[in-house]
Amino acid sequence: MKEELLKRTVKGPDGVEFEVEPLRDYYCEAAPTVMPGAYIKIVEDLFNWARAESLWILGFGTGCGAIEMRPLMTPRFDAYRYGIQWRPTPRQANLLVISGYLSVKTLKRAIRAYEQMQNPKYVVGLGSCTINGGMYWDSYNTIKRLDQYLPVDLYITGCMPRPEALLAGFDDLKNLIRAGQAEGANQYAENFDWYKANQKQVIHDWDMPDYNW
Amino acid sequence: MQFDWMKIPYALLTLFIVVNFGMILTALVAKIAARVGRRRGIRIWQNYADLFKNYGLRSSITHGAMFYLGPVFRLTGGIGLLLFVPTIYGSYVFSNLSFAGDLILALYFIFFGTLGMALGAAESGHPHAAIGVSRGLSQVTTAELPLALAVFSVALQYHTLSVTAIVAAQQGGIEHWTLFTNPFAVAAAMLAFLGSMMRPPFDVVSAPQEIPIGPPTEYHSSYLAMMQTNRAIFPIAKIVVYMNLFFGGAASWPVFCLKVFLIYMVSVFIGVVFPRFRVEQSIRWFLIWALPLGVLAIVLV
Repeated sequence: MKEELLKRTVKGPDGVEFEVEPLRDYYCEAAPTVMPGAYIKIVEDLFNWARAESLWILGFGTGCGAIEMRPLMTPRFDAYRYGIQWRPTPRQANLLVISGYLSVKTLKRAIRAYEQMQNPKYVVGLGSCTINGGMYWDSYNTIKRLDQYLPVDLYITGCMPRPEALLAGFDDLKNLIRAGQAEGANQYAENFDWYKANQKQVIHDWDMPDYNW
Repeated sequence: MQFDWMKIPYALLTLFIVVNFGMILTALVAKIAARVGRRRGIRIWQNYADLFKNYGLRSSITHGAMFYLGPVFRLTGGIGLLLFVPTIYGSYVFSNLSFAGDLILALYFIFFGTLGMALGAAESGHPHAAIGVSRGLSQVTTAELPLALAVFSVALQYHTLSVTAIVAAQQGGIEHWTLFTNPFAVAAAMLAFLGSMMRPPFDVVSAPQEIPIGPPTEYHSSYLAMMQTNRAIFPIAKIVVYMNLFFGGAASWPVFCLKVFLIYMVSVFIGVVFPRFRVEQSIRWFLIWALPLGVLAIVLV
């Protein structure tokens, strides 16, 4: 645990002493809960359609695969016409693309970004590295299987997958969402202890609360 | 005083039409801007999907009462601006809740949403929100100065504070428009218009590449959806005020659609051609170019 995260007493500039406990003051420790869909089926179907047609990707490139995401914004591939756009903040995004290899250090940031996104949210693993480690299969510092740490809805294989492959992948994801099968956020909540145990197994300097929305 | 209760459902009808018009118009404008960049752009109904998705998110978190009230105030600013200004001149159904001094109220409502957003975004505690808010408020304040001067100039010119009376004075041909009878006021107001449309060169407030999206950084789900709704209403409502004050108002819906579209396109044309100003550059620009025009309009009227 880092020193600045420990509980301590601080003296303010006006001489008043107060207690600071960063992990409790700044974060929430409440575990995520399973959130059911709308009670009426037609409403849930409408929402699922809207979710599928409005994929907001968190602009967070974790590895070299991020370079295949950028062409999607350009005139040549133009993903905007499929309802896909990039958001700079996890609060507004509903799709986290793990683009390529994920080092343990980045995994920590990816978990925090994922937990700040709102339910329902989707994870796409891009490239072979997220499936079995790919060319980093024997690396000491990258994870091998992404779905042990975050609930993955879809993998796009290749090293690297071309932007066309990504567009095809997003199309498949849309079908999953429309069919109501992309419930990764609820899976994460259901198997929360299992995911946390796996995450803590590889992240040795765990200096954040168990759940930080 | 007799209040005509039928005005309330009629005003809601105006609101409904304007929301849908605004959703489609902003998508169309995004498409036009995309074509300039040689892209196809978003689909024309994309805004509806985004809106439904955000209302349909299952979880949301709050940072306190003011965080919750921020989008509410913003939406109030947009709806209030629309409801207290006559949309269609000469129509009983679409004259909304306009009254004798509605011009002053409209000026308040233009600023109201920004102010509410500032309070809400500040409570989210995100540093990017604070930076965005300080930029937004300083830019909107300086853009508001020439607009206020232009509005006073128009009020002096027609000796009234009622938007309906100002539109009435402009009827009878294009040469009666304020555009030709008081060109300096219109020039000052149109420069101010650029500053509040959230388009380049004045969109550094929510620069996504630099301060992730500015004031709404922490906003999501229904909060964001309310702001998106406002995003559809507010530009239209503001253009309605401009149209009534400077461009002769509209006597029917087709004229309304055409005029609103053309006034909107002014900011779009300038936006796709010119790069983004930093905030101190835009403040200086408003003070040097727009403010003297406003002063001139007051002096000459």
